[in-house]
Amino acid sequence: MTSRLSAITLNTFREAVRDRVLYNLIVFALLLVASAPLFGQISIGLERLILINVGLSSISLFGVIIAILVGIGLVAKEIDKKTLYTILSRPVRRWEFIVGKYFGLLLTLIVNTAFMTLGLYAALLVTAHHLNKADLLLLVAIYCIVLQFMIMVAMTLLFSSFSTPIFSAIFAFALFVIGTFGEDMRNFAAMSTGVTRWLATGAAYLIPNFASLNLISRVAHDQPVDGSVILFNTLYALLYSAALTAGAVLVFERRNLK
Amino acid sequence: MNRSRAVQAIAGALLLGLFAGSVLSRRHLEQARGSEATLEEVLYMPSGKAVKRLSLGYSGLLANVYWTRAVQYFGGKHIQRSQRYDLLYPLLDITTDLDPQLIVAYEYGAVFLSQQPPEGAGQPDKAVELVEKGIRQNPAYWRLYFTLGFVHYIDRNDPRSAQVAFQKGSEVPGALPWMKVMAARMAERSKDVTTSMLLWQGVAETSQDNNVKETARRHLVSLRADRDITELERLVTAYREQKRTLPAGWADLVRAGLLRGIPLDPGGEPYVLNPDGKVDVKDASKYPYLGEWRYNIERRF
Repeated sequence: MTSRLSAITLNTFREAVRDRVLYNLIVFALLLVASAPLFGQISIGLERLILINVGLSSISLFGVIIAILVGIGLVAKEIDKKTLYTILSRPVRRWEFIVGKYFGLLLTLIVNTAFMTLGLYAALLVTAHHLNKADLLLLVAIYCIVLQFMIMVAMTLLFSSFSTPIFSAIFAFALFVIGTFGEDMRNFAAMSTGVTRWLATGAAYLIPNFASLNLISRVAHDQPVDGSVILFNTLYALLYSAALTAGAVLVFERRNLK
Repeated sequence: MNRSRAVQAIAGALLLGLFAGSVLSRRHLEQARGSEATLEEVLYMPSGKAVKRLSLGYSGLLANVYWTRAVQYFGGKHIQRSQRYDLLYPLLDITTDLDPQLIVAYEYGAVFLSQQPPEGAGQPDKAVELVEKGIRQNPAYWRLYFTLGFVHYIDRNDPRSAQVAFQKGSEVPGALPWMKVMAARMAERSKDVTTSMLLWQGVAETSQDNNVKETARRHLVSLRADRDITELERLVTAYREQKRTLPAGWADLVRAGLLRGIPLDPGGEPYVLNPDGKVDVKDASKYPYLGEWRYNIERRF
């Protein structure tokens, strides 16, 4: 089972890395990070702040875009090219295919994030001529960005297991936007009464909570992040993305591929 | 086939179990972060102008988001009967930087800021700052002058500034004639209950929000009760001076010809005459602002 899963994971990774869209996005993101010191020069005393904000936001946004653009084609492409039938005719189970695809895309995003993180630290070094202890805090925000990717990948995989690529992209992007306001919705639910409260609370827990995973502003201001926040963010992302992947497996198992 | 069904059952069970786990972990996360974490984080960018530049042209939409956050923050604090509303003014400031024409944020924001805790933030000076910003951005909107005069008079005990605000507002084309009346009343420099009632009446009539209307209504009944209590206590003093003793009940005042009948509060209940001669309402919960006017008078005049 492990070898089958790792084979699908590595193949998905290789396929994603060969994708030209992926390279374009990385180059674009790196350019943005590299140009961040220029933004700093048009303001006073904010070079580092702007560089970190622009850099981390780029890592997050481009990662999400990559997750959506690549993720929506993970299942649909295999069906279109008929390669899925070749895979499933071998001793590979459907759930292994879905889980392998999940890890493959996640691995792609982690590698991209690692490269972009190196780019960000290089830009910081160019701007400030040295790195200090506070710069290590950026890794906490980047870790939470990776947790965001875990959920995004699972979400696009779930949509792509039953919908067309274009609709999967729309659904995933819409949920990403809604999820960034996840805590506003939770606050709204807390203030509502009666049936509205129940419905709003249910909806607030159903949608992904990207707000608490976004620590960019906090680390940009060198504010420490509580260990419990990191722990519960990790637990939340693991459980939520695993639930979505289980949903994708459930849908894909029931899907008629004939 | 059977294997597929087993996988489906396991996936279904995992989906439910893991989702329930994610809800639990999210609840812990909310506790760990605190209820105001998101608001505190959005305020790391304290300049509304910077937020506007970063909004890529969607500043109107972002203003609505910030306004909603301000309302939710105020509502949450209000429900908790909080004494501190520290994030309210920064949220309103950013909202109005993002959309300077968002009149509702100036009008209701001023009410939120000016009232004393726990009803509001107890920051009338900040309310004045906000409304003056609104007037600079929307000089043709006379109702903002009304709001400004209202805050000066009711919350800052400053009839002179209130007079200037009402006077300027009355000169804006389209302003209702009673703005001039209010300016004239302010010129008397006295803080009387009738003027306060007129102002709250104005709020009740001009506001389109039911919550603000309800707040105005509560202020009005509290002011009526305040006015009645002041008058009744004056009559009790007159009775004591005549009879050299305090009245045992309202009947004594009726017999002395000072009252025509048992006095009723705005809710229709008889006022309570205490043995020390002080007058009170039967159910104070119906008059949340009772005594506020008398307190302000003692404090200022």
